[in-house]
Amino acid sequence: MTAVTSALGSADGGSSNAAAKRFIRRNGWVLTLWALLGAMFVFTKIIQPDYGMAAATILVLAALPYAFATAGQSMAIIAGGIDLSMAAMMTLLSVSAAALMEGQGEEFGIVAVALVLLLGLGVGAVNGLSVVITRVPDIVVTLAFFFIWEGAALMILDSPGGAASTWLKDLIIGSVGADFIPTEISKFLPKALILLVVALGVVWIPLRRSKLGLSMYAIGSDKLAAHRSGVAVSRTKVASYAFAGLFAAMGGLVLTMNTGIGTPVQGPYLMASVAAAVLGGVALTGGRGGLVGPIVAVFILRLARQDLTLMSVDPNVAQVVEGLIMVAVVLVGATVALRGRRS
Amino acid sequence: MTSTTQPLDSAQSRSTMAPLRNLMRDYPVIPLLVLLIALVAALQILQPGIVIGDDGINHRWISNTIKFAVPLAILAGAQTMTMITGGIDLSVGVVATMTAFVMSTQVASGLDPALAIPVALACAALAGLASGIGVAIFRVHPLIMTLAIALVVEGLLLVYQRGMLGVSAQIPEIIAWLGTKKSFGVIPNSLLVFIPVALFIGFTLRRTGFGRNLYAIGDNEHAARLAGVRVWQVLIVLYVISALLAGIGGLVYVGLIKATTLSLAVPLMLPSVAAAVIGGVSIFGGRGGYLGVIVGALILRVVTSMLTVLRIDEGARRVIFGLIILGVVALYVRITQERQG
Repeated sequence: MTAVTSALGSADGGSSNAAAKRFIRRNGWVLTLWALLGAMFVFTKIIQPDYGMAAATILVLAALPYAFATAGQSMAIIAGGIDLSMAAMMTLLSVSAAALMEGQGEEFGIVAVALVLLLGLGVGAVNGLSVVITRVPDIVVTLAFFFIWEGAALMILDSPGGAASTWLKDLIIGSVGADFIPTEISKFLPKALILLVVALGVVWIPLRRSKLGLSMYAIGSDKLAAHRSGVAVSRTKVASYAFAGLFAAMGGLVLTMNTGIGTPVQGPYLMASVAAAVLGGVALTGGRGGLVGPIVAVFILRLARQDLTLMSVDPNVAQVVEGLIMVAVVLVGATVALRGRRS
Repeated sequence: MTSTTQPLDSAQSRSTMAPLRNLMRDYPVIPLLVLLIALVAALQILQPGIVIGDDGINHRWISNTIKFAVPLAILAGAQTMTMITGGIDLSVGVVATMTAFVMSTQVASGLDPALAIPVALACAALAGLASGIGVAIFRVHPLIMTLAIALVVEGLLLVYQRGMLGVSAQIPEIIAWLGTKKSFGVIPNSLLVFIPVALFIGFTLRRTGFGRNLYAIGDNEHAARLAGVRVWQVLIVLYVISALLAGIGGLVYVGLIKATTLSLAVPLMLPSVAAAVIGGVSIFGGRGGYLGVIVGALILRVVTSMLTVLRIDEGARRVIFGLIILGVVALYVRITQERQG
């Protein structure tokens, strides 16, 4: 994981002094988050001495849909938007995957995955195109799509149903089983974690290094300046939403893999994705942050929830506490953003 | 976002759409009433007899439409006031549900309705206070803040429900009377709540300094602050009022539905935004009034009747409502050339 971090982090080196300073500050926050996560694991080990790999694997499994939702949300926010339809898209895509795979052979699963990923790109692009064409603020457009995608999910499946290929479900259960890796090591490699790192890395690392990635940061930090320096603002905006949709598709697939069916009801992923992105250092004003911070933030928030369960807090009370943590994160994030704007 | 066709586009629209633009800007109620009548006529054609039967006008249909429009219009009133400042209140559905749930469980556990109703409304006000503090002091976007508060309230409601497991909810006579019954055979009693509420909203927006401050903040918050408006105080009061309106709407709605569940008024959330948007309230703030929103709520009820007649299911209904919101907002942006964000 640390190798991945440094690779991702070093992508944004700058020649000027200001860029170097920003580089240190940005990575400083991500390092703080890693330290916080480590401290929380120590705390968890103290309150629950037999906390081990089994519980950690459950944590990763629980964090998967949140992680993809947060990755998608970060795409939209970095490019200066926000995607309130994130959880609705995940629901729609999860339901589509489950409906596609119902009554089909094992091999069809791969086709279904490809179709759902494409559909995700398309659904996200529709969000982005609507923002660009209607010239209505992102937050309003994606609020409308919150309901539209939710309704579309209900049209595909009006009650929980569908199916998922067995191999697909196995993809996230347990730890990596390969002959050349000794069990002592492989038991520390939950398949879900590998899937997460690979899926995010395959999309994010090339994107971050590409012109498109740079354009996303550019339109997020100053749309007018980006336009004047020759960035195709509209096209970049649509692309950022399409990537948000792609991550939503991954999140939706994970939901279907996890439960084996599709459920046409939105999970709590919208608020969680905004909170984790903000905690992970993605500024709500756009143009700042990466993907490593938000993903670490997801694990911090999920581990906090797991700790509440371990301390045998009533699940409903735990939901309230979790909600309050998210509110606090967004409050502090907004205050920091406000300071940044003023200075 | 600055597309190359835009200057040409706006030049064209300025010449051809100017009268329409002025009409929609100054008297949105007139085109809305025309639309409402057209929709009612369409409904009559789709299902002959539903509006005008063999023995004249169908009073039952009209009073039923009004009965269902009242809670929606009250929630849309909360939306109107917040949207005028450039905000939005996405917690109205959950707050309305919470108020109804707290009231009916408190009544069931022996509290007098005359006390249970204020207690429930006080809970709503607290939720509004929390949203208001987040929006006014921490400057969180209202959409995110109210969504987060909705999440917390929902969680608290679950905790509360666990503590109330033995108690079956009970809806007091007065609430049921207000929600369902009619006086003189035709006039729904919920108008007894609605007319004062509507007068309150209309008076506040048009005749009070507070109302003017709301428009000022929505128009240009910075200018309002420079002109001496204590924006944070106004916003906190606003979100408390918004939550109280949501609570009142929830109480009327539970009297109408007569079953207390944890998702009671949640389906009213989206239509409340839609009603305000259709009613001519600018989602960007600074423009709109309550009269149009009332017509907007009636329009939505008629549209819902039409979708029911056409046997369109819940999923498609949500898609259509979402598209209506998007389409109307986009139209307003085009017509008034109002651009932000």
